Amino acid sequence: MSTLEVSPSEPVSGPSGHTITNDFSIQVATVNGSGSQTANTVLMRSLFQMGIPVSGKNMFPSNIAGLPTWFTIRASKQGYIGRRKEIDFLVAMNPETAREDVMKLDRGAAVVYDEPLKLNALRSDLHFYPVPFDKLVVPVCPEAKLRKLVRNMIYDGVVAWLLSIEMEEVHKALVKQFGKKKAKAAELNWGAAMAGYEFASKTFTKSDPYRVERMNETAGKIIIDGNAACALGAMFAGVTVVTWYPITPSSSLVESLIGYLKRFRHDKETGKATYAVVQAEDELASIGMALGAGWAGARSMTATAGPGISLMSEFIGLGYYAEIPAVIFDVERVGPSTGLPTRTQQGDILTNAILSHGDTKHPMLFPCSPEECFTMAIEAFDFAERFQTPVFVMTDLDLGMNNWMADPFPYPEKPIERGKVLSGEDLDRLGGFARYKDVDGDGVGYRTLPGTKHPMASYFTRGSGHNDRALYTEREDDYIHNMDRLAHKFEVMRKHLPAPVVHQAENAEIGFIAVGTSDYAVRESCDQLRNEYNIHASYMRLLGYPFCEEMLDFIRRHDRIYVVDQNRDGQLLGLMRLELEPNLIAKLRSIRYYGGLPLDARTVTDEIIAQEGK
Amino acid sequence: MSTTVTPPPKKTNRLGLEVLSYKGSKTTLCAGCGHNSISERIVECFYELGVNPYTVAKFSGIGCSSKSPAYFLGMSHGFNGVHGRMPAIATGAMLANRTLLGLGVTGDGDTASIGIGQFMHLVRRNIPMIYVIEDNGVYGLTKGQFSATADIGSTQKNGAPNDLPPFDCCALAMKWGATFVARSFSGDKKQLQAIIKTAIVHNGLSVIDVVSPCVTFNDHLGSTKSYSYMKDHESVLQELDFVPAFEDIAVDIAEGEVMDVRMFDGSHLRIRKLGRDYDPTDRFKGLKALEEAEAKHEVLTGVLYVNPTKPTFFDTLNMADEALATLPQEKTRPSRETLETVLEELR
Repeated sequence: MSTLEVSPSEPVSGPSGHTITNDFSIQVATVNGSGSQTANTVLMRSLFQMGIPVSGKNMFPSNIAGLPTWFTIRASKQGYIGRRKEIDFLVAMNPETAREDVMKLDRGAAVVYDEPLKLNALRSDLHFYPVPFDKLVVPVCPEAKLRKLVRNMIYDGVVAWLLSIEMEEVHKALVKQFGKKKAKAAELNWGAAMAGYEFASKTFTKSDPYRVERMNETAGKIIIDGNAACALGAMFAGVTVVTWYPITPSSSLVESLIGYLKRFRHDKETGKATYAVVQAEDELASIGMALGAGWAGARSMTATAGPGISLMSEFIGLGYYAEIPAVIFDVERVGPSTGLPTRTQQGDILTNAILSHGDTKHPMLFPCSPEECFTMAIEAFDFAERFQTPVFVMTDLDLGMNNWMADPFPYPEKPIERGKVLSGEDLDRLGGFARYKDVDGDGVGYRTLPGTKHPMASYFTRGSGHNDRALYTEREDDYIHNMDRLAHKFEVMRKHLPAPVVHQAENAEIGFIAVGTSDYAVRESCDQLRNEYNIHASYMRLLGYPFCEEMLDFIRRHDRIYVVDQNRDGQLLGLMRLELEPNLIAKLRSIRYYGGLPLDARTVTDEIIAQEGK
Repeated sequence: MSTTVTPPPKKTNRLGLEVLSYKGSKTTLCAGCGHNSISERIVECFYELGVNPYTVAKFSGIGCSSKSPAYFLGMSHGFNGVHGRMPAIATGAMLANRTLLGLGVTGDGDTASIGIGQFMHLVRRNIPMIYVIEDNGVYGLTKGQFSATADIGSTQKNGAPNDLPPFDCCALAMKWGATFVARSFSGDKKQLQAIIKTAIVHNGLSVIDVVSPCVTFNDHLGSTKSYSYMKDHESVLQELDFVPAFEDIAVDIAEGEVMDVRMFDGSHLRIRKLGRDYDPTDRFKGLKALEEAEAKHEVLTGVLYVNPTKPTFFDTLNMADEALATLPQEKTRPSRETLETVLEELR
């Protein structure tokens, strides 16, 4: 979207006379493995340090080096940090994609490009800024083999000049990025950034309208990816056994966790680890170990993505039926099968809700931000032990792997809750126990941990039919009684999940229901609908499954409910259809996006307008 | 006048527990099944060594063998998991509480067919626990199909021959990291007792492959896992004698004939060579002997390999000495200041 007052055929030249401040998106197109991640992070951080709300999205290939990568930075004075579909400012560094990247732009956009690509010949309605990167890099980087990595930092300087980004902030961001240990690398890169800045200031006359201006909207905030936030949550939840198998996009969750545990979870006196992390041989083993550990009383977890979920299916059924706590972080990516491993989707909602054969149901938590990744990770461990069952924390690649501006995390004030575990003294007092007996009416039995020194502590855990006393049974009444108790336990969970976030619009006929990262697009779309079409829409963001009572009231209050799904088949909607009354189902409509990029507001708004017949 | 007869004192072990405390529920396996003999040996060994049953955790997969943990050590926690994946469950549980004495009981299908991957990785990690394979070469619960330890040329009950070579679980375990490896026969009470007792005190992974005939589906003429085949083809490597640490018997080693292995807890395994030059601390020669025996259609039984000092997975992970599962919150939730430090780095 451009507000430039020119007709499509009219060439753009010279200063346009008006400016667009702190409201645009920059796309940097590079080749992966070229060190562009550093340049892009520094650019994003510089804007953040200037107090401007910012988000960064990395669209990268499933590859180590040589394939196209796009990084999009959005600056938004209104604080919208979802993906913006329209690109206003392109940095074209990749010869392979440059032509298509330029052709896709709306008129009036600005393009910084590698001079030999001669992109200015392609269109006449854009603002072009050619930069001879290869020439500029030689004097700032005498060592030829490092030039490929330093070269990209030049565009940071060029863009800084063009957008009025303060170079002191670029410098500060660079120093932060490289850390104290890599001061020499930081210096080299700073030279490249300055070379770009000086070249731009001497060479260009700014003709595009985009610029930044210092704000005060990011004070106290942090920049973090969702995977690291989940990792921190797990560490502060007191996780003790972590088992995993590497898979994009969840690997960095456990890698961050390993880093934090090494720093903060060794006994001060003995130096020994108060945790165990095991890279398992596959996901069957990682979930098996997590369940074994949960059974023996550890706070255990694993992290995975779609293909891993498929492999874990059998064990998750055991966890459900034998009632063993474990936390599974599912950083969703695009399926089916291998799918698009480096693209985002909410592809596992329906699968996870009923994962494994037979009648099974599993609770899920849906964080949408790093803050919620942190707080819900902690909640997930408490919830798993309280209800003695596997719990899924559902994030996605967008949340997990991209850097987000976030509020600082609150220290967990609530003591760690270990659920219903009987000690030897308890058994003395009670004179025994029945593992699966519903003593308290919440469907949750009392358990003992192996190693409990008491003659009545032991019981035999099994995935085969069992009665209240955990004894093998094939009796019809025992089976039904047990399955009904499990169903009742699931009903009780409904009331103990985090409450939904509701934005109720006055006199709204329509409402949105969404989970997770759809939030950014839906909130921005609500504003677009109101400002551009005078449509008032309410919005309920669910934080957990099983669905809450409030959701039913929300649906009743509106004529039409748009359920937003980042998958082809409307999985969230499908899950609602499985459980709701027909009169409520009749109100449900579907908005689906499944292209693998983070959902954007315009896509949602356009779809609403089409379905509402406006 | 009546005379009161004092009953004889009940026989107890060093913990004051009767053998009854080590028993489980009544077996539901077939009469004559080798697995029942193994269960009896487990009961005897744990009783005789005075192992506290509360400290034991039993693990199994799926199959006839995997049912058996219900038939011994009823006062120990047990976990009957999913087919072929007992190693993962056991690994997790042992990581959660390293003070447990882990006892896995599994079968040849559970280990060598569906579970070969997890078995190999358990071996590679040298998790300190006992791993008993009740090896009968067939799937009993599904009525007699071959498993991956069935010998090439052996036949099913209906005469169908097995056309693939077997995995030798002992050779695999020796090659890839288990630190106590033995093979026995469910019918050899004395040998199996010495092996199980050694495994109980061993600080590392013990893999015990016990040929345990399936009387219903694999005890016929074409079987190489039958009672009669073992009678004709078993080649006993050594005479074994286990001396527990608490018996404190001075060890005097007879010249040349007896090898004494000091275990982690101070117990001794005395190995009397039976005219063979077999050194169970020499892995390479042991593997060679297994190859040679296979060519001769011999089943070598006894202690195949022992290494009481190799670091375990817990050592590798530098884990705390106490159970991770029950560490108090002060040890598992870092401080408010730690969170502030981390957040400051992210600003």
